[in-house]
Amino acid sequence: MANRRATPRLAVWKFASCDGCQLTLLDCEDEFLGLAGAVEIAYFPEATRGQLRGRYDLSLVEGSITTPHDAERIREVRRRSAHLVTIGACATAGGIQGLRNFADVREYAAVVYARPDYIATLATSTPIADHVSVDFELRGCPIAKHQLLEVITAFLAGRRPVTPAHSVCLDCKLRGNVCVMVAHGTPCLGPVTHAGCGALCPAYHRGCYGCYGPQETPNTVSLDPALEALGMDARDRRRVYRTFNAGAPAFREESDRHDP
Amino acid sequence: MPDCQRLTTDGLQALLDALRARGYRVIGPTLHDQAIVYDDIHTLDDLPAGWTDEQEAGHYRLTRRRDAALFGYAVGPHSWKRFLHPPVQRLWRARHEDDEIIVVAEPAEATRVALLGVRACELHAIAIQDRVLLGGDYRDGHYQARRRDNFIVAVNCAEAGGTCFCASMDTGPQAQHGFDLVLTELVGDGEHRFLVEAGTPEGREVLAELPASPASDAEIAAAEALLAATAASMGREMAAGDVRELLLANLEHPRWDDVASRCLTCGNCTMVCPTCFCTSEADSSDLTGTETSRSRHWDSCFTMDFSYLHGGSVRASGRARYRQWMTHKLATWHDQFGTSGCVGCGRCITWCPVGIDITEEVRAIRETRDGAPT
Ligand code: SF4
Ligand code: SF4
Ligand code: SF4
Ligand code: SF4
Ligand code: SF4
Repeated sequence: MANRRATPRLAVWKFASCDGCQLTLLDCEDEFLGLAGAVEIAYFPEATRGQLRGRYDLSLVEGSITTPHDAERIREVRRRSAHLVTIGACATAGGIQGLRNFADVREYAAVVYARPDYIATLATSTPIADHVSVDFELRGCPIAKHQLLEVITAFLAGRRPVTPAHSVCLDCKLRGNVCVMVAHGTPCLGPVTHAGCGALCPAYHRGCYGCYGPQETPNTVSLDPALEALGMDARDRRRVYRTFNAGAPAFREESDRHDP
Repeated sequence: MPDCQRLTTDGLQALLDALRARGYRVIGPTLHDQAIVYDDIHTLDDLPAGWTDEQEAGHYRLTRRRDAALFGYAVGPHSWKRFLHPPVQRLWRARHEDDEIIVVAEPAEATRVALLGVRACELHAIAIQDRVLLGGDYRDGHYQARRRDNFIVAVNCAEAGGTCFCASMDTGPQAQHGFDLVLTELVGDGEHRFLVEAGTPEGREVLAELPASPASDAEIAAAEALLAATAASMGREMAAGDVRELLLANLEHPRWDDVASRCLTCGNCTMVCPTCFCTSEADSSDLTGTETSRSRHWDSCFTMDFSYLHGGSVRASGRARYRQWMTHKLATWHDQFGTSGCVGCGRCITWCPVGIDITEEVRAIRETRDGAPT
């Protein structure tokens, strides 16, 4: 539990990511106003150089590990953090940049950069938990504002955050959505996807894209024929799992099954 | 049908007006997102006139009818529990003021709600939830308040859905009790009318206010024939008589592994089931730690948290979770509440994304149980 007498120090760290999850934090401005004095927030959005100083009660880590330098830096962050929470698909599953894990990154670099030899990068993009121990993982691409607030609030109160790992379908039904898969014939990853968004896409007649990665006990193999019956060919069924959470083991295995 | 009256469509509108005049919020079937779901009804125009549904395992589509029937479809994805036992219910709030903690229980919301178009299977489902939530030593005050002031207008099913099996479960298609008024819709012969009967004193009172006339013998005979035809055209069936014993004697049957390989553990079946009542509670607090509240929300035996005890989930495998669901519905419910937990509405079959069919699972176990002819 955080020490309520001293002001808890909260730090935000960025690794390979798009900043979307940090924007969610900025979006909590109104809520944080009520918090003035309760928490001291230290942002380190681009702190890739220089010395890290001090210790932090709670570190929120965005982004994945893609360079040797970052692999070092995350160890330093861990050393300085009493609690380390990873936020978003990059930090928890390697992110969209995890697609490099399915390809040869040197080829990519040669295509994109004029002097690929200047690029110091790892062959893979990996989640933070592959490098250091993580106290809690918050899923999503991007994370949901209400869940981020829940994580911080729970930390301050010394309780476990309520971020259920069941399917999106449960939230979809709580919300009263009509199932797009059954009633509209729209393919949906909701049954295999971790809840968190409140079933946003089905509420707007779209199938779930799997932003929150695999649910606690995903059965992608059983969902597969249903997706096929709704018109997704093998290539679609491979690609639908190779997005933000391509590196999450359950999604990775499912997409690999459809390799040509 | 001794006291059977007939109403025209204008007469049905008069019923809506009478209910609203008595202060009821009227909820009934409406078209929404290509399905028939329950929502507020103000006039007959809000009802899905001329629509029906095509239901199969994992499949639901609306299609046009040839006539303008107002109730010419089976049950949709919503059930009345959405209103009587809502998905999320706050239980209390607490506030930290100086050195005091002030706890305020959420007041039970007493609403006057009329439910329009309740099917026979749903009347049974409501009776089951009454038993579960009000029948024991611990009563659910929120449910009690929401049930207290209901006016129920049932509708006899003129058509069975593709996944219905109320005839097997002895819960339909004719509404027998638990309603204030019951309607049977007759369309055809260039006429559109409703036979109506009262089931309670308040139902009689309301009926007396409506422009009704006595139903003819021919109309009563037509309604009876319609119900017989519905009972004979169920999309599914289940031999329910000994299903409790069958399942409890086959807890290690290989079929549980087979269904587990197909089951997504998504929980849709429990969410749409009109009798499933399980909830979990969760606390939320504000950033400063001065306010906190506890809510309960629908939960499902398909989640890992549902059976989490110290150190892990008791039902970690999909096999254990599917078996829990099905044996609870069809077997142990009898021990707990004295009836089956299944009313044969077919929702769990239709709304399972991979079309797992509870009647098919029972049949598979029956046909290959120990000692079954092979
Ligand atoms: S729309 Fe998708 S998330 Fe919602 S219940 Fe259907 S399959 Fe599940
Ligand atoms: S188990 Fe299925 S068929 Fe039976 S009442 Fe529940 S949803 Fe309806
Ligand atoms: S089947 Fe599962 S969710 Fe439904 S009432 Fe039983 S334990 Fe609860
Ligand atoms: S199960 Fe029976 S009562 Fe329920 S909708 Fe189907 S036919 Fe009607
Ligand atoms: S039986 Fe169907 S609806 Fe129920 S949890 Fe399994 S896959 Fe989901």
